[in-house]
Formats: sequence, structure tokens, C-alpha cells
Amino acid sequence: MRHDVFIAGYGGQGVLLAGNLLSYAALHENLNVSFFPAYGVEKRGGAAMCTVIISAGDTGSPVVGNPSVSVLLNQLSFDKYAARVKRGGMCVVNSTLVNTDHAELPGIELIRVPMNQIAIDLGDVRMVNMVACGAYAALTGVLPSLALHEALKKALPERNHALIPANIRAINTGAAVALEQRKS
Amino acid sequence: MSERLFIKGNEAVAMAAIEAGVRCYFGYPITPQSDIPEYLSRELPKTGGTFIQVESEIGAINMVLGASAAGVRAMTSSSGPGISLKQEGISYMAGSELPGVIVDIMRAGPGLGGIDASQADYFQATRGGGHGGYRIIVLAPGSVQEMYDLTMLAFDLSDQWRIPALVLADSVLGQMKESLVANPRPKADLPPKEWAVRGRGEGMQQNIVKSLYLGDGEMEKFHWKMHARYQELAEKECRWEEVQTADAELIVTAFGSTARIASTAVAMAREAGMKVGLLRPITLFPFPKQAYAALSEHCKHFLDIELSTGQMVDDVRLSVARDADVAFYGRPPGAGSLPTPEELFEQIRKVYP
Repeated sequence: MRHDVFIAGYGGQGVLLAGNLLSYAALHENLNVSFFPAYGVEKRGGAAMCTVIISAGDTGSPVVGNPSVSVLLNQLSFDKYAARVKRGGMCVVNSTLVNTDHAELPGIELIRVPMNQIAIDLGDVRMVNMVACGAYAALTGVLPSLALHEALKKALPERNHALIPANIRAINTGAAVALEQRKS
Repeated sequence: MSERLFIKGNEAVAMAAIEAGVRCYFGYPITPQSDIPEYLSRELPKTGGTFIQVESEIGAINMVLGASAAGVRAMTSSSGPGISLKQEGISYMAGSELPGVIVDIMRAGPGLGGIDASQADYFQATRGGGHGGYRIIVLAPGSVQEMYDLTMLAFDLSDQWRIPALVLADSVLGQMKESLVANPRPKADLPPKEWAVRGRGEGMQQNIVKSLYLGDGEMEKFHWKMHARYQELAEKECRWEEVQTADAELIVTAFGSTARIASTAVAMAREAGMKVGLLRPITLFPFPKQAYAALSEHCKHFLDIELSTGQMVDDVRLSVARDADVAFYGRPPGAGSLPTPEELFEQIRKVYP
């Protein structure tokens, strides 16, 4: 089994931390992982993206042309990358910021999760990346939520460990809302 | 099994250097390798080692030369523009038979180029780079684990053969994070550094480290001695990896990050029923000619893939049997030029016999 996920948004949304969290969760499950950040002259507000490959065997290419799952946090990355998802794959979008009305994505399952709104309701919009991770894990079943909770200890610097319970709530809410969205 | 860490390739290089017992790091920052000096500036002094951010790349490589001449393990790291500046010092090290490790996290060039992954410094690395006709050991890791393992190996090989060793990676390998088992330094039976300049106390002999040979026939003799050493190096130290080559009708060959991308393309080809294998050189100098020679006895079709307009392909063509065909696919470095496995799979389909 080899799972790839592409995560994109703008700088400041925590795209790279989301990739790191999924990676640590994969390690927690004794899986192999490659985390490949888009490397450029990035800045807050600029484009940010990363690819995570999770595999029981070799992770192979850190570069993926047509990901099986994309998690897209803003309009720009949705417009640019949604159509690259593999046929039969899944596109999870932050519907608070992304208008998908005119999107034509044949053969791609589109799941709309109001990630910003969920994070704001839980107290801090900065948890949008945690909501996204919860949604990804629940929709794909690649990583158990407990692994994500454990991974927080490693992905967050120790000075932020007091925020772990809030982040766990964000992960769990993202997961629950995503599963509801899929049903509807 | 030891704990699996999750770290960047650049950090793996720095950790390995400390595990290998590096005493001195001299360097100057440049993207995409600055994590190496950042890590070592923090961690090397804790082990009693010396970290110096030097005023220039030329200063850094000459400090490596000096520290190495004194018999301690020393290193530097940089990327394209900085590595070009270091060539003078590397030539002097080669001429002085001094070990030392240089890490090159390649970026796009020529000139200032860009910060994206590149393999266009293959010629510079494997042909010596500086003046005078010398070679250095060149190791090409393909994963974060290998960034660690091959950096340690670079120190051992360099000490053993008294040839500078270069770890040649790129910004993909330097910046990506993977799991790493930080293995302890393997035991190596290395010769004592009796040639080192250590001062004149306690009845020690006078040692002179130099690259100047003015006596009649001295320089020529040096060249033939080094030539023989390079040949012995090629006999004993070639390393490579083969994946599914036994029944292959087409062998894809690539090094470093490109080999990683190609490995997934090869897996896609296998799934599509094509008999495709992968040959990944790990030592670029010495180049594993024997692997190409042996495989091309049976498999007559090769596809060389590089992040350049074609450099290693010359060595591949010189190494395969005369009746073997070597196709080439290249993506010269720059923003947006990194090939995808899907793209390489298409190239495999095009040339598959």
C-alpha cells in the first residue's frame, strides 16, 4: 500500500505543519513516509504546498504528478491543482474560502469541509490545518485519529504542547464534519 | 531497532558528520544547504568541535585544507556558486593528498541560477572541478537515510584513500523529510595519519604537506601514482543499486532524487506488464562501469534520466556493451522543471522495445 496526499494553501495556513503532522502519525503507525515541501522563495500569503507519501514499503518518488488525494485550503490552490487529482481520487476543499460552484472535476470525489469556519467556531482560525488533517484521516482511513493525536507531541514544539487538547478537538471535528459531508 | 527520527536530508548530513567524528566545519550559507551549517553551529561545539562561519567559500575550503593537514576530520558544504569558488582549494587538497568532505546540495545554474533541484553539476563533481587533472570520490545519496549513511562513508573513504570526498545531492534530497535510523559509525580499519603536520614536539618527524613538485620527474611521478590509486579505487569502491534488473528488457538509470522519481515510474511500468528495471549508481566517481557492462550483456536498451541536458549519459554510453542502445531524457533545472513519475512513465513507454 502506498498513499500520497498533496496539501496546498497560502503561507500562514499551516500547510507544512499539516504535512509534518500526517508524517509523524505515519511513523507512529510504523509506516514509511516521505515529506516533500515545495521549496521556493515562500512567504506569508504566498503559495505553500507539500506532498506526503505514506507506505508500508518504499515511498518511491517524493514528487507526484496526479495525487490520489488533494487537500486544498484556498481558492488559488483549488483552481490550480484540483484537476490534477487522479481519476477515482478525492479532493478535500476548505469550503469557507473556496468556491467550487463552477468546478468540473469528472471522476474526482469532491468533499467540501468549511475548515476555516470550524476552526473559528473552536476558537482560533489558525487550527484550520488541524481540521484539514482530521478530515483527511477520516475520509481516507489511512491513519487512525489516535495516531494524529500522538503525532501532535512531536509535530508541535514543546512550548505549544498546552494547545494539544484544542488541536485534538479541531482534528476530531474536522473528521466528523468530513464524514457527514460525504454522506450528504 | 533504534528509534526512527523524522528529519530533513540536510540535517541527516550534519548529524552523520558529528557521528563520524568531524572536528571542524567551515562554511558560508547558501540556499538550499543552509540547514547543514545551522545544525552544526548549534550541535558541533557541544561535542568539542569547532564551527566557523567563514568570510567566504574560498576561506572555508582553505580552512578545511589546513585542518585536514593537521590530521583532523574537517568538512565544508555549499551549493553550486559556492562549490565553484571552492574548486581551487579542492584542487590543492587533491594535489596534497589530503582527505576532507565537501557536501554539494546542487541548485540550478550556471551563474546564480536558481534554488531548484539540479543535477547539472555532475561534470564538475566527477571530472575534478578544479585545475590539474585529479579526481575526487563522489557519492550520490537517494534518500534521507543515505544522506546520513553516505556522509559517514565519505569520511572513511576519504581518510582511507587520501582523496577528498564529495557528497552530491540536490535541494529535493536536502529539503525533504523522511524517517532516519541514526546508525552508529561503522568500524573502519583506517591507516594512521602519519603524514599529518602536528608540530615538532616529542621527537616527531618533520612532515610537509604540499602540492608543489618542481624536481625533475617529480610531478609526473605524482600523476602516475594518483592514476594508479584512482584505478584501484574504481576496482574496490564502486557502489550501485539494482531494482528488478534480472529479467529487464529496458533498464532505466538515474542517480539521486531523479532515481527516486524514476523508481515509481518503473513500478508503474511493471504494473503495466513491461519488464523494466532500475540501475542507480551510488558512487559517481568511481563510476560503476562494471554494472552497466554486465547488465548490457543481456539487456540492450537503457534510458538515462537526469535533471540536466545530459552529463552522466556520457559515462553510461562509455560503460555499456557496444550493441546496447542508450536513450536520454532530461529536464534541465529551474522552477517547475522537476519531472513527475507519470511523465517518466511516458518516456519509458516511448523507448520500451
